[in-house]
Amino acid sequence: MLLALDTATPLVTVALHDGERVVVEHSSDQPMKHGEHLAPLIARALDEAGIVRQDLTAIAVGVGPGPFTGLRVGIVTARTLGFVLEIPVYGVCSLDVLAVQVVESAAPEGGFLVATDARRKEVYLASYDADGRRLEGPVVTRPAEVATDAPVAGAGPLLYPDHFPQAIPPERPSAGWLAHAVSGELVELLDPEPLYLRRPDAVAGAPRKPVS
Amino acid sequence: MTDEPLVLGIETSCDETGVGIVRGHTLLADTVASSVEEHARFGGVVPEVASRAHLEAMVPTIERAAETAGIALSDVDAIAVTSGPGLAGALLVGVASAKALAIGLGKPIYGVNHLAAHVAVDQLEHGPLPEPCLAMLVSGGHSSLLEVTDVTVGVEPMGSTIDDAAGEAFDKVARLLGLPFPGGPHIDKAARSGNSVAIDFPRGLTSRRDLERHRFDFSFSGLKTAVARWVEAQQRDGVTIDVSDVAASFQEAVCDVLTRKAIDAATSRGIEDILIGGGVAANSRLRAMAEERAAAQGIRVRVPRPGLCTDNGAMVAALGAELVARGRTPSLLDLPADSSQPITTVVA
Ligand SMILES: [Zn+2]
Repeated sequence: MLLALDTATPLVTVALHDGERVVVEHSSDQPMKHGEHLAPLIARALDEAGIVRQDLTAIAVGVGPGPFTGLRVGIVTARTLGFVLEIPVYGVCSLDVLAVQVVESAAPEGGFLVATDARRKEVYLASYDADGRRLEGPVVTRPAEVATDAPVAGAGPLLYPDHFPQAIPPERPSAGWLAHAVSGELVELLDPEPLYLRRPDAVAGAPRKPVS
Repeated sequence: MTDEPLVLGIETSCDETGVGIVRGHTLLADTVASSVEEHARFGGVVPEVASRAHLEAMVPTIERAAETAGIALSDVDAIAVTSGPGLAGALLVGVASAKALAIGLGKPIYGVNHLAAHVAVDQLEHGPLPEPCLAMLVSGGHSSLLEVTDVTVGVEPMGSTIDDAAGEAFDKVARLLGLPFPGGPHIDKAARSGNSVAIDFPRGLTSRRDLERHRFDFSFSGLKTAVARWVEAQQRDGVTIDVSDVAASFQEAVCDVLTRKAIDAATSRGIEDILIGGGVAANSRLRAMAEERAAAQGIRVRVPRPGLCTDNGAMVAALGAELVARGRTPSLLDLPADSSQPITTVVA
């Protein structure tokens, strides 16, 4: 049984996949509660699927890009669970999960983009061909610099309709689709490392003249 | 549950990723990965840098602690983790990892107060806590006087700093003197060859008027400013500054106020034991002065060894083991990380 989870957006999403289909899927109902919601959602998913933790065989985790604090909650949870259960942990670019869903449900004729909220008036962005193969990105950038009439999935076009007039679903990654993508080998597997794309905000203190 | 529960504790409230394992009052492992060197060039802890370092260090530190303790993780009776106070993003990494351990091992989780853990750690060194005791916690993040009647239930705050923490004052003065971060050990070392009465630096909140409202509170920002002014004045006059004299006089002022107020707090409640914890407890002058002054009042002083005074996982495990041994109710899986968890909340 594969456990999939993603915390790269304001909402936490968790799913279990038995190799053939998604058995359970849950998302948190309040934004920015990654720390509080993720563990109970995992426990609930195991419960509802009628399985115990030892039945898990692998973990898939969205590695962003996304807001750092939430992202780390998902990744450290996946790594720790993988470590104690001695099962592999796969990282997946969270934008790729949206792309898989786009291709399998809407099948756009040409290429498309995925843009999610990076805050600070920026978006996380990647471009895909019609088969869902990532062509460029992910990058963090200002919407005005990448404005396009092409179809764009993710929260980006809902936040910046002037720059991305052609919004297509889905808005955010679902763990069910993440599980499906990993199980069906439809995405590139990465190490479970966060895709930060930004350096930490830190300013070195003004150097002091040593007193002697 | 056993009297000597096996507990794994996780601490990530600041820049140390700590994992400790204890069996009752026996320390089995105390593994710490520190990101302090990454912060040194910024002259203080950068929260995002600390959070990133915690994520990378978390699982390897758990693994090393289990190896050191020579235990199988499946044998632990409970997981304990600092749920606050501390840096929000840093706390979250430890809390999320602890929850994953709790789920993966099928064991209860205790989200504990960082300050209460600083108190409980002394049991690993000196055995059961004298209760009640007066705890003085002094570090870069805290300067508190606490009355501890039962460390697993509640800790009553008697006083705390109204501005900078004691350790912060050490860091800031070290910077003024061109000494590296973190400042505590460097000031301590420089002070050893200095004259502690060379400069009469102010003792914050010790005037009669201040004592009416702030009898057990501290203030270190005025002291820091006084040191800065003094250094500037000397430089203006072209006088060479004797760093060790400044360090010794500054350290004397801090230790004087801390020990005076701790002893006053203890005697005001008829408490006969003082426990000192936190990174500043490693300061040699503070230990010596506290012991000397307390002895004169018939008060005993307990200070854990320096490695247990600074932030570490062992202190969290020590408190966790006490909670299990005394049959306290664990936290729920929706346990939040609370950057301002009050000291009165021992288990979140
Ligand atoms: Zn501390």
